[in-house]
Amino acid sequence: MSASIEWSSAQVQDSIDALKHKPGALLPILHAIQQHIGYIPDGSVPIIAKSLNLSRAEIHGVISFYHHFRTTPPGHHVIQVCRAEACQAMGGRQLEAHIKDRLGINHHATTADGGISLEAVYCLGNCACAPNISVNERVHGRMNNTHFDALFEEISDALHTQTLEVK
Amino acid sequence: MMAVRVFVPCDTTALAMGADDVAQRLLNEAEQRGLAIELVRNGSRGACWLEPLVEVETPDGRQAYGPVSTEDIPSLLDQGLLEGKREHALALGNTEDIAWLANQQRFTFARAGITDPLSLSDYLAHDGFRGLERALTLDTQAIVDEVKASGLRGRGGAAFPTGIKWQTVLDAPAEQKYIVCNADEGDSGTFADRMVMECDPYMLIEGMVIAGLAVGATQGYIYVRSEYPLSCRMLDEAILRAEAAGYLGDNLRDSGRRFHLEVRMGAGAYICGEETSLLESLEGKRGLVRFKPPLPAIEGLFGKPTVVNNVLSLAAVPFILDKGGDAYAEVGLGRSRGTLVVQLAGNVKRGGLIELAFGTRLRQVMEDFGGGTHSGRPLRAVQVGGPLGAYLPESQWDLPLDYESFSGDSAVLGHGGIVMFDDSVDMAEQARFSMEFCKVESCGKCTPCRIGSTRGVEVVDRIRHNQNRDANLALLEELCETMVDGSLCAMGSMTPIPVQSALTHFPNDFLRTPDANAEGESS
Ligand SMILES: Cc1cc2nc3c(=O)[nH]c(=O)nc-3n(C[C@H](O)[C@H](O)[C@H](O)COP(=O)(O)O)c2cc1C
Ligand code: SF4
Ligand code: FES
Ligand code: FES
Repeated sequence: MSASIEWSSAQVQDSIDALKHKPGALLPILHAIQQHIGYIPDGSVPIIAKSLNLSRAEIHGVISFYHHFRTTPPGHHVIQVCRAEACQAMGGRQLEAHIKDRLGINHHATTADGGISLEAVYCLGNCACAPNISVNERVHGRMNNTHFDALFEEISDALHTQTLEVK
Repeated sequence: MMAVRVFVPCDTTALAMGADDVAQRLLNEAEQRGLAIELVRNGSRGACWLEPLVEVETPDGRQAYGPVSTEDIPSLLDQGLLEGKREHALALGNTEDIAWLANQQRFTFARAGITDPLSLSDYLAHDGFRGLERALTLDTQAIVDEVKASGLRGRGGAAFPTGIKWQTVLDAPAEQKYIVCNADEGDSGTFADRMVMECDPYMLIEGMVIAGLAVGATQGYIYVRSEYPLSCRMLDEAILRAEAAGYLGDNLRDSGRRFHLEVRMGAGAYICGEETSLLESLEGKRGLVRFKPPLPAIEGLFGKPTVVNNVLSLAAVPFILDKGGDAYAEVGLGRSRGTLVVQLAGNVKRGGLIELAFGTRLRQVMEDFGGGTHSGRPLRAVQVGGPLGAYLPESQWDLPLDYESFSGDSAVLGHGGIVMFDDSVDMAEQARFSMEFCKVESCGKCTPCRIGSTRGVEVVDRIRHNQNRDANLALLEELCETMVDGSLCAMGSMTPIPVQSALTHFPNDFLRTPDANAEGESS
């Protein structure tokens, strides 16, 4: 989940060239770009369009249809909170409120320091051990406020160390 | 000293409950103590409430301990974990004898948790690829006939007979045909598809190869939701190994027949579980639902005849080809043959994956297996069949789990998810969520679904805040009818089911104003 905000068109072109021979290549290509860059930069759309012989509007239409694709850089860490029924039955709504409160942001937003992005998700497939969140694609079951606060500390510490290293 | 084999599962649930840390601690602690262990990362047995479930191989069979946390490791080792002793408070005895597991009837999940999911030799040692070996000796019609004889009906929700679907594709003349596995598993409360992919991926591969042989398709795709990255990685690796061993590729087991398989990742859209939306997505487009006809069996992926089946439907096929369609059909109730994989979730003490012959009563599953609610409070409502399924009050808990009993009582069995709620649930809030979910996930093609769900959220809010309550209750009913009548697919036409069941069975919840803090809000 390392989001390098820097990207080059050569990098995008490489992702495209590795996959464009596949039937229905657009989704695999978008996944590859997001995997490498952390999001799908606006500037990559004309490159994809040209390579696949599609219009830019078509590419934008596909990107916007799917919740998974981002068009802005994510934070260093991405937290997903499950909003679906099995988690609701175990206090998921209260947990969600606590997390928003703790991070001071809503869904689809990133903390001001660029550290953490928050996303809503509908089921992480761990419904017998609800409520669930995921941190950088790793699911954490039986989540509660205290447990979340500990995780949050851990993430914040890691972020702090990273910033020091960069400086 | 011989190294003792110790098993620590590696599926999403076990990992979410700390299995990696447990495994690491076990290795460290054993090394410090000079104990020789061989760590196996097996799949999960599906007893989610016992995860991480650690097992030790002994001459008397595998001994189970769970749920284990890292802090338990020293005391477990002190008290004879490696000899399989039963003194520790977490000792559960012989794994096979744990009532929760022993009382199931596992056809599809017979291997899950026993084997290392990626080990081909484990798979072969536990009946793996026997169905495929037999299919390679049969002609196409004979394979389809075997599936017909099993009575297997699609496990993705619609319960359409799988053999008849395959017959349609077999009979459709075309150069190119496809097998598409629907692994979008978007329903809350379900995780059985994920468990197939993470705990026994070769079974799914085998089922898809057999489907390919049956209908004359040479290419398959598995469309996995993006929320399941581990499933994708497990499948990718399993496919590579199966190719290397000749179970996939240009010359299947030296038969001259071919079948290729590829994993494609979805992108966070519930509607892409609907089969035609899924096909659009696979083609690289927005996941807009297609009009039917034509059926995907006639004009499916890239316009070619295509079998679209749920993971569990395809995963049942190796058993059917190996043991025979009759062996599968032998159990069940009425027209629901074979086993149903229920997934017990939400507010439940002992949740997890439970495979049983069709016909068990819902209450029995929730009480005998589930042990009641996790909170210990009274059970109040149960949503069966995912976000488009009805909320059932106690009067419906004695329904037998089979397709006809459920549909005959305005209930939905769907993909087998059972989500339990205790008496703290506010059913008006649940109804609001059903509408909100439809609003977020609608593909946008039909007005009643797209606009109706948006209006639905507003109307429920007005009801809850006592603004023209009676008029808005009537409006909600009307809105539901419009969605049922005017929607192209079940997203729009079934969203009213949970809403109306909440209204019918829990009317009082709509007559009280929610407290401001507990307000549900849109994402
Ligand atoms: C809104 C909606 C969502 C669906 N989601 C899934 C899903 O996640 N997985 C699935 O197998 N089928 C899902 N289905 C059912 C599929 O359209 C289709 O019936 C199924 O994949 C066919 O396979 P089967 O015959 O093996 O069940 C969904 C249907 C609708 C209307
Ligand atoms: S009912 Fe909803 S999801 Fe289904 S086709 Fe219509 S708009 Fe799309
Ligand atoms: S609308 Fe995409 S996650 Fe909330
Ligand atoms: S509903 Fe939250 S993990 Fe399934």
